[in-house]
Amino acid sequence: MAQSLDQLKESPSQTAGPYVHIGTNPNWVEITGVWEADLGLVLVGPETRGERIIIKGRVIDGAGAPLRDALVEIWQADAAGFYNSPQERRGKADPHFVGWGRQPTDGTTGEYRFETIKPGRVPFTDGRPMAPHITIWIVARGINIGLHTRLYFADEEVANAECPVLGRIDNNARRNTLLASRGEENGLPAYTFDIRLQGEGETVFFDI
Amino acid sequence: MSDQGSFYQRDRGWHPPAYTPQYKTSVLRSPQHALLSLGNTLSEMTGPVFGHDKLGPLDNDLIRNYARTGDPIGQRIIVHGRVLDENARPVPGALLEFWQANAGGRYRHRREGYIAAIDPNFGGCGRAITDHEGRYEFRTIKPGAYPWPNGVNDWRPAHIHFSVFGQAFAQRLITQMYFEGDPMIWQCPIVSTIPDRAAIEQLIAALDRSGTLPMDALAYKFDIVLRGRRSTLFENRMEGN
Repeated sequence: MAQSLDQLKESPSQTAGPYVHIGTNPNWVEITGVWEADLGLVLVGPETRGERIIIKGRVIDGAGAPLRDALVEIWQADAAGFYNSPQERRGKADPHFVGWGRQPTDGTTGEYRFETIKPGRVPFTDGRPMAPHITIWIVARGINIGLHTRLYFADEEVANAECPVLGRIDNNARRNTLLASRGEENGLPAYTFDIRLQGEGETVFFDI
Repeated sequence: MSDQGSFYQRDRGWHPPAYTPQYKTSVLRSPQHALLSLGNTLSEMTGPVFGHDKLGPLDNDLIRNYARTGDPIGQRIIVHGRVLDENARPVPGALLEFWQANAGGRYRHRREGYIAAIDPNFGGCGRAITDHEGRYEFRTIKPGAYPWPNGVNDWRPAHIHFSVFGQAFAQRLITQMYFEGDPMIWQCPIVSTIPDRAAIEQLIAALDRSGTLPMDALAYKFDIVLRGRRSTLFENRMEGN
């Protein structure tokens, strides 16, 4: 026997189940009065710097049906490319932008929707700039361990072509699953990003 | 420097795989492509912070935080433990959110159809932030087992769901806590999505008689381990890492 490495194992994941919203969005499931507002609903305030955008989409299963019981979290840099996190050592992020959001998918349509700002570029591990992106984490009944993916902006052709992460995906069709298409809603740029869990057009998910 | 290293690779053989046909809902919700190995960039090594000011005094008291006419029915328990990383260091400031069924095994949720009664005094949600030693605690009632539509007669063992934020988005985790001595743990199609018995045992809270309050509440100890990060000064941070 060699010496012990004195390391622990990560607690194994278990599905969030069908009632995840009781814990994360109790007011949304009519459990009121425990706390005032569910966390993560509002990302942008009047003082937040940056271009206002909407991101929206559905999480679609292998039979083509949208999940109406999923929970979607996003994490992103501010407009200048800084994260509002103690681990951010390059500079100070916009104090009026937390960068984290959380929304349930709609109980009828299955759509998630965030009003946020367009993130700036963040360097890759070797210093090259990654294209603007938003990290997305999805949990739901039937998902045994949370799925990480990234939303990139289809109208950022130049930045996307230079992005070292997108550059790792050889297959164009696979790479394109990470691109949100631009439209407009209430005068704001609105990016649609459907997440396909399985089958044709399956979204690229990351092991991070 | 020690808190700037990248996180150890997630041991995917310790976690449940995506496709676990005994848990039927996973069949259509499991990606079939291999995950793309990205490792950690700043986007994964950073994460949101939740201040203690976000929490109310009853957020970690499920016996009182939804009480209308009195206390909820059920076995009073205290759940406590620490959030640690894989280096066995405490994770302070971690936000834990928990949710559970009532003593009869019924969730307060519009899509829940089990015939067990709703408890008018039990909401079933709470949250806590770990202290400087990574400790948390909350008070609740012990949840009941319940049947669920999977096999024709499948039942979940008593459990409490946990959502955990560490210091980085790479550590984000949702899991479930089970109770020591419950034979139903070993009959559950969701528990058995975890391939390794030792990994399952990591989710079973120990009955803690020394934490038990005399004439009041039993205690269970449940530690949670999040991913740990490298502390070497010699880490190669070039592409491909």
